Amino acid sequence: MSDTQQLQDFVTQVRRDIVRQVHKVNSGHPGGSLGCAEFLSVLYQEVMHRKEGFDMDGIDEDLFFLSNGHISPVFYSVLARSGYFPVEELNTFRLIDSRLQGHPTTHEGLPGVRIASGSLGQGLSVALGAANAKKLNGDSHLVYSLHGDGELQEGQNWEAIMYAAAKKIDNLISTVDRNYQQIDGCTDDVLPMGNLVEKFKAFGWEVLEIEKGNDIDQIREGLNKAKSLTGKGKPVAIMLNTEMGHGVDFMMGSHKWHGVAPNDEQLEKALAQNPETLGDY
Amino acid sequence: MKKYTDTGKNDTRSGFGAGLTELGRTNPNVVALCADLVGSLKMQDFIDENPERFFQVGIAEANMMGIAAGLTIGGKIPFTGTFANFSTGRVYDQIRQSIAYSGKNVKICASHAGLTLGEDGATHQILEDIGLMKMLPGMTVINPCDYNQTKAATIAIAEYDGPVYLRFGRPKVANFTPADQKFEIGKAILLNEGKDVTIIATGHLVWEALQAAEQLEEKGISAEVINIHTIKPLDEAAILASVGKTGCVVTAEEHNILGGLGESVARTLTHNHPAPQEFVATMDTFGESGTPEQLMEKYGLNAAAIVKASEKVIKRK
Ligand SMILES: Cc1ncc(C[n+]2csc(CCOP(=O)(O)OP(=O)(O)O)c2C)c(N)n1
Ligand SMILES: [Mg+2]
Repeated sequence: MSDTQQLQDFVTQVRRDIVRQVHKVNSGHPGGSLGCAEFLSVLYQEVMHRKEGFDMDGIDEDLFFLSNGHISPVFYSVLARSGYFPVEELNTFRLIDSRLQGHPTTHEGLPGVRIASGSLGQGLSVALGAANAKKLNGDSHLVYSLHGDGELQEGQNWEAIMYAAAKKIDNLISTVDRNYQQIDGCTDDVLPMGNLVEKFKAFGWEVLEIEKGNDIDQIREGLNKAKSLTGKGKPVAIMLNTEMGHGVDFMMGSHKWHGVAPNDEQLEKALAQNPETLGDY
Repeated sequence: MKKYTDTGKNDTRSGFGAGLTELGRTNPNVVALCADLVGSLKMQDFIDENPERFFQVGIAEANMMGIAAGLTIGGKIPFTGTFANFSTGRVYDQIRQSIAYSGKNVKICASHAGLTLGEDGATHQILEDIGLMKMLPGMTVINPCDYNQTKAATIAIAEYDGPVYLRFGRPKVANFTPADQKFEIGKAILLNEGKDVTIIATGHLVWEALQAAEQLEEKGISAEVINIHTIKPLDEAAILASVGKTGCVVTAEEHNILGGLGESVARTLTHNHPAPQEFVATMDTFGESGTPEQLMEKYGLNAAAIVKASEKVIKRK
């Protein structure tokens, strides 16, 4: 799939899946999920080289690690609609005895997930290990990871960022969901992180910015650019400027929708703004 | 059997919030820290009334523990707030070295403990925190049973000089202890006298234990119910006195069977007065998503499980 309209349809369906999953169990994280719908859709549908089916080791294919595990609704939707497990299973999100845990886990064996996440700040280290393993295996495929911007307040990230450059992990593309929001408010109110682009650069990374992180063409362009920067001795970071809650007007741009589910009326509004494309589960 | 009434379900984390707000008004040395979970920890009222005594550290729990340790040097009484998982496992060595070993007067206040935070699932549901904390020399470990007791405990630990782990939760649970209670660290509370079996419970499982005792009474079994809100230091005298009378014990906690209240009780009994014991706890497993009620049922942490364990342990006498 490479046509932008087709991809837009995919994204719209993912948005429906996100709000429907969260609404059904009256819990979960719609804001960050909606903001990353375009990115994960482009990544899985166009950019990543993926094998048929799923095996844990992922040899001879690209890997993805979701570090900000709370945006599981978008991850599950993209995984299901990319063929990793039946789309109907989205109906079991956060229910007891489900493979679709509140935060992604390997514990229940959900295809597409290679590490548990949810406790923030650990995914980059895992991605580094997987990238090291790829090098040891002579596997030239890439490792991708996604991180929240608030998540970067965790110190472990900066240990990993330092390591990645020091050890020349150049088969890694790490993206930061720069929505300037976290639970208690705007990142600049909670704990300002300053210029993240310059910080990554100062740590020795190649950094590029995607100005409109909810624009499919810009994401496609940015990811392809990032790919062209791999293999040159430096890890690659993408600062993805997204909008929390993107695509649902009353959720847009506010931390209030970080982890709150829509009620019945709000669900209807959200769905009306994102008409069914690929078919609801 | 003595009657206890639920005066209205409430979350224990709100008891913490109310206690902290009161401390803000009464103790100028109390300061609070939070790692991007102000709403979840119910700290907003304290912040509104004492903005200069609140430190938002961002999503950086290790840093928070270090800052808290530093704040004690200069006489402050820091209360840190985040989820139980990120209050313990996430920052164990920071607590161990900078707080416990250094003997700092930090109050580690942990919400969303155990399975009953519900839908967020296993990554957030720590069932090992009591064990982690009680193993630290000098650490006091408290797990109050309801809103009123959590509020009272929050106020009480400010008066005590030394590191404390205060554990509470997210779900609304029965509120049945007196609003005006004085909380005594390390002092068990005998809730119901009985002669056939001792049920020792902590946290919101105390209410389940009372329900279980009522059901047992209908079956002609007389159960003694003890609220062990302080797991360390453990009120060994109260436990031994009760088990000396009943001859067997059931422990009940929302925690792994390994490292929890049950093991502390077992050790006490083995040292002093060996007796049959059954454990109501999670059986060395991680949790999962679900509603609190479903999880209590599936993992055997409710009144029904306590009744079953009681019947079993009596047969072993
Ligand atoms: C170690 C840890 N601390 C705290 C939390 C609670 N928590 C979950 S999401 C979140 C905010 C994350 O902010 P950000 O990474 O910017 O994600 P966004 O809100 O933009 O989706 C926090 C504090 C957690 N999951 N893990
Ligand atoms: Mg953010």
